[in-house]
Amino acid sequence: MSADMIPLLSKALGETVYMVAVSMVIASVIGVPLGVLLHTTGKGQILAAPAFNRVLGSIVNAIRSIPFIILMVAIIPLTRAIVGSAIGTTAAMVPLVIASIPFIGRQVETSLKEVPYGLIEAAQSMGATPFQIIWKVLLPESLASITAQLTTVIISLVGESAMAGAIGGGGLGDLAIRYGYQRFRPEVMIATVVILIVLVQLVQFIGNTLARKLDKK
Amino acid sequence: MIKLSHIEKTYDSPAGPVAALKGIDLEIARGEIFGIIGLSGAGKSTLVRCINMLERPTAGQVFVDGKELTAMDAAELRKTRKDIGMIFQHFNLLSSATVYENIAFPLKLSGMPANKIRQKVEPLLKLVGLEAKASQYPSQLSGGQKQRVGIARALASEPKVLLCDEATSALDPQTTKAILELIRAINRKLQLTVVVITHEMQVIKDICDKVAVIDQGVIAEQGSVIDIFTNPQQPITKEFISVLLSNDLPAAFRGGRISAEPIEDAYLLVRLTFIGESADDPVLAGMIRKFPDVETTMLFGNLDQIRATPFGRMIVGLTGPHERVQAALEYLRTKELKEEVIGYVRRHDTTAV
Repeated sequence: MSADMIPLLSKALGETVYMVAVSMVIASVIGVPLGVLLHTTGKGQILAAPAFNRVLGSIVNAIRSIPFIILMVAIIPLTRAIVGSAIGTTAAMVPLVIASIPFIGRQVETSLKEVPYGLIEAAQSMGATPFQIIWKVLLPESLASITAQLTTVIISLVGESAMAGAIGGGGLGDLAIRYGYQRFRPEVMIATVVILIVLVQLVQFIGNTLARKLDKK
Repeated sequence: MIKLSHIEKTYDSPAGPVAALKGIDLEIARGEIFGIIGLSGAGKSTLVRCINMLERPTAGQVFVDGKELTAMDAAELRKTRKDIGMIFQHFNLLSSATVYENIAFPLKLSGMPANKIRQKVEPLLKLVGLEAKASQYPSQLSGGQKQRVGIARALASEPKVLLCDEATSALDPQTTKAILELIRAINRKLQLTVVVITHEMQVIKDICDKVAVIDQGVIAEQGSVIDIFTNPQQPITKEFISVLLSNDLPAAFRGGRISAEPIEDAYLLVRLTFIGESADDPVLAGMIRKFPDVETTMLFGNLDQIRATPFGRMIVGLTGPHERVQAALEYLRTKELKEEVIGYVRRHDTTAV
């Protein structure tokens, strides 16, 4: 292992963690409420609005059906408008956030569906408002499940962030391609892959532990 | 306390509208325990959900404590619902909250400060006997304990009415008994009006003052529990009661050999029902003394209680000269009991089995 590898790897790891973490936070801030909306406006739910629900669902499906690499290129003008540039670690976060929002939305929706309707009925019988039902029943009751689902989103973000590296996003994926592939340094390739494996294992482990701790069922 | 007038509820289904309730009229007085019994699908759960408007009736009016719920907007309705507690068959507790937090839940919804919540929740924990379980989660509790949490939670906002939707149907018989006793005790202590939905006549018999039998979306029969038990009119009511009080003849007399006309060497089978005070009267002893030539055989006997009222049922066989048997029957008719002549059956006719 050559001496320049350690700083290269640690810089790339830092960029990957930065991209994934910030994208995840921003995407969750929008994606979790989106999931709540997808669930609660559904048929027979507390904010039932079937037409709105169908439109929202179609938009979510449309974004989710675009392969990430195409989405990344397609929204370059938007990225430029938001970040000021289409290249770089920060610029790579725009497509990462946009791809993750509908994914998180669907995952959260799935978690909320697991909350028995009887609990909502019980809260209604106590005079709870729809907002209280969301905040004090739906979200706390599905917190363990949402945690597990978001762990999956983080892991897919790690993979997508490697792809984002291809358009100058930096990070482990970028390092693997530029050094490992283009400069014929297989040891860099192997080191990145090992780091990615460890990173994913770690995220999954933390996610599982947290979900188990939160689950009182 | 609760008045339902002409309640109708129709659901839309792919196969067209389905009528769950077809014009229900009910009045429930303050402080009474009112049972609503029906088979599954009879509409009883829909009916109780109309009382707190978890289901909005398609037509008709709902009044609770003089206020018309069917005329309220969403905000008014939420406020009024705090006066109507509800417990459920599957308890519907928050699995992510402790026993304490579950009971505190309705108070938190009302924005009560934590120290005041504590003052309310602690006596409730004591009332339902769960002081030691305050910091446990529902998954650590038995079914009966879960329902106790449900009851404490329903009582937290000091409601005037408690709705029980099949509250004991998921519990074993011993636990059911304990939960019913708790509901009864709360009803007495807090002067709470209680509506009990069930498919079990035993529940009605154990705690209700009045009962309505609901069948296919209409009320088939209603009245005081003792009247319904001793004098059921509708086939559906008789069916419910027969689960508890067997009206069958002793095995030896079954099999269609009962004759309406007097026959040789036969008993006249008479079913006697004693209610209340008359259950203590020595009516039979009196008859035997008065008609020593009529031989009286006791074939079946049972003394039960419906709430505080003693309730005895027996089948006796009378033999003797025809006119004396008729006179004995006349004597019974002057007494405070219900008698029903079943018919003549040959003595020692065990071949009928």
